[in-house]
Amino acid sequence: MTEENKIPEAAGPVIHVSPGPHIHSAALTTRRMMLDVLLALLPAVLVAFWVFGGYALAQIVYALAGCLGAEALFTAMRKKPFSLMDGSAAVTGVILALSMPATAPWYVGVIAGFAAIGLGKVIFGGLGNNIFNPAMVGRAFVMIAFATLMGASAYVDPDSSIQALTRATPMTAIKMMHETTPLSALLIGNTNGSLGETSAIACILGGVYLLWRRTASWEIPAGVLLAVAVISGAISVLHPDSSWGVLHSLTGGALLFGAFFIATDPVSSPVTPKGKWIFGVGIGIFIMILRTLSGYPEGVMFAVLLMNAVVPLINRWTIPTPVGGPVPVRK
Amino acid sequence: MSAKLVDLPGKGTFERGVHPHGHKQLAAEASIEVVPSPSEVLIPLLQHTGAPCVAAVKIRDEVKVGDVIGTSDAFISAPIHASVSGTVGKETVATLPNGRHVRALPITAAAEQPLQGQALLNDIYGGEWSTQALDRFEPDHIVKTIREAGIVGQGGAAFPTSVKVTPNEKKPVDVVLVNGCECEPYLTADQRLMQEFPAPIITGALLAGQACGAGQVIVAIEDNKPGAIAAMRKAAEGTGVKIAVVSTRYPMGGEKQTVKAVLGRIIPTGGLPLDVGVVVINVATAAAVARAVLRGKPLTHRVVSVTGAGITQPKNLLVPVGITYGELIDCCGGLTSEAARIVAGGPMMGFTLGDLRVPVTKGTSGVVVLTDADVRKSEETACVRCGRCVDVCPLNLAPTKMALAARHQDHDLARRYHIMACMECGCCAYACPASIPLVQLIRVGKAQLPKE
Repeated sequence: MTEENKIPEAAGPVIHVSPGPHIHSAALTTRRMMLDVLLALLPAVLVAFWVFGGYALAQIVYALAGCLGAEALFTAMRKKPFSLMDGSAAVTGVILALSMPATAPWYVGVIAGFAAIGLGKVIFGGLGNNIFNPAMVGRAFVMIAFATLMGASAYVDPDSSIQALTRATPMTAIKMMHETTPLSALLIGNTNGSLGETSAIACILGGVYLLWRRTASWEIPAGVLLAVAVISGAISVLHPDSSWGVLHSLTGGALLFGAFFIATDPVSSPVTPKGKWIFGVGIGIFIMILRTLSGYPEGVMFAVLLMNAVVPLINRWTIPTPVGGPVPVRK
Repeated sequence: MSAKLVDLPGKGTFERGVHPHGHKQLAAEASIEVVPSPSEVLIPLLQHTGAPCVAAVKIRDEVKVGDVIGTSDAFISAPIHASVSGTVGKETVATLPNGRHVRALPITAAAEQPLQGQALLNDIYGGEWSTQALDRFEPDHIVKTIREAGIVGQGGAAFPTSVKVTPNEKKPVDVVLVNGCECEPYLTADQRLMQEFPAPIITGALLAGQACGAGQVIVAIEDNKPGAIAAMRKAAEGTGVKIAVVSTRYPMGGEKQTVKAVLGRIIPTGGLPLDVGVVVINVATAAAVARAVLRGKPLTHRVVSVTGAGITQPKNLLVPVGITYGELIDCCGGLTSEAARIVAGGPMMGFTLGDLRVPVTKGTSGVVVLTDADVRKSEETACVRCGRCVDVCPLNLAPTKMALAARHQDHDLARRYHIMACMECGCCAYACPASIPLVQLIRVGKAQLPKE
């Protein structure tokens, strides 16, 4: 380097050298995606407050405590950068809380949250590396560990001052007692059920926001709803006298909540549009199988977990073909 | 203005891609100015894709503008001409923005240059450009003239134009597509050229069509350049040249995307436009062809945009090949205090400069100076597999998979995801919410991929 080659000190701006592209879209960041999900959950949270009152707040606090506590503890143990600010643990916590029965004791929520982050996310290597939806891992854990506190009968508290809790959930009512909940109740959400799932309108509002922001991929909920509509439509044709129709199947239970907020978790869903369709349709099929053939009234959780397990395979099946065809092999 | 194609099979757009802010207004209204003649130029002997030239002149030789100073016998090559009159200096090595070290000849400019200022601009692009009776030029003659004039693609890749327009019996060409998309943000050189000097572009396009036997000549322009579109439409009247207005979407100027948007044809992976009967040339290249054939002048100058928020006064300059980037920046009032990154080319695919004494070549379309605010991005976080990169990839690849395979040196996986099909447009890295340097990793992965 000659004398004149040297950069004169404090003479003008510092110039960086870097590979391109040199500009970057500010429209979406990981944190913004998480914030979008929390915003989208707001209608469901508000309905939960309206229907279940203090129970809803309590469950959110329990699950968040478990999730955030586990995230802070495990990242500290792994000597990784503090990751609470990325918002993903908070998203898991709120989704988990909204999938719980109002009546679950405090320790169930905390343990579910802890399992969601610990078993669902951290042991796979943290955000971006988990195979299963963390919230559903947490819920499945307590569902098995505390079967009596999480089962269909646990949702009902006949002596409760909260009206919704005195009745069976719409899914249990149709399955066990062949009682059909009116569509209007399913839409508005003044029924029993997991905290966030009761109001179809709230789920649709939040879901549409997520799709509009393109934080969630539209292909996944479209696949889920299409599969459920087709299968329940076929069932309606076979049982024309049933009062539980296609719209009941679509608006009842955790279907909309699951389709918009759980199945759309990007980490545990495929990356290609085609893969997302397969994933969504698969979840819809499993939901209908579980709803109609299993002992459980609802099947969203297991359907999502089952399809999560095949995501690596779906990704492999749906490697997109480049425009212009595959790279020619040189001879 | 929206995309509008008349009697053309394409849809005026391609699938996926991104919409970065154009920032074209910075230099869009700046008329082409002639840069003051430099005291010295440094002319690289390799400015194109293909074989390098060897010096055809010796130290202390006196040369005039347009004299051949470098030649090559290789088919894929283009001779190099003096861009100023003066005295040849000692051969040296120049480092081009892409990091390549190439031999270069310095020429010390004589005090008296034959043409300067407005006269130079008029000589190159001004005056009358006939579109009549161009069939008096034999195709062979046009190809030979293009080769001798050292014309290479001025859109960036600098592929020798003579090779493109050489008739190939196995692959007949029916369309010459003149690319005026200029899809990179900031750059306005092609836009200004089309707006101010549409005539040589039309003439050159017709000559290129004549050379390769193409029946159709089409100019593609993005719909964000209404001034250029109007001027080109007027100049094209009665010549048979069609103006195709395509939608503004990066990377529309990529030849695969332009050909798809205008003609609906899909260039095979690893193939050329020639494989679907198309020759794509840049608008400035077309103008250079017209000048070579009608006026017998080689390619010695070009229009370069000097723009960005880090430039005091953005301009479009007509400059001699071999002038340094530093002189261009000086001519535009220098850098502002916010300047943070100097990019040769556009901000999506351009290269950053660490040294301003790098010479401008035939393929230099612009220099963009970005500020801290322009280049700022959030810290890299883990991939959440949102698939946004897949949604924007114009070639329908899965960038996250290729990039992470490249990062983990998993060559088989990278190949399975078609890593070699990537054209490195950078849409994936632009769009990634986690700020992962996707295309940068893919570039590394491509370079490290073992040969099959």
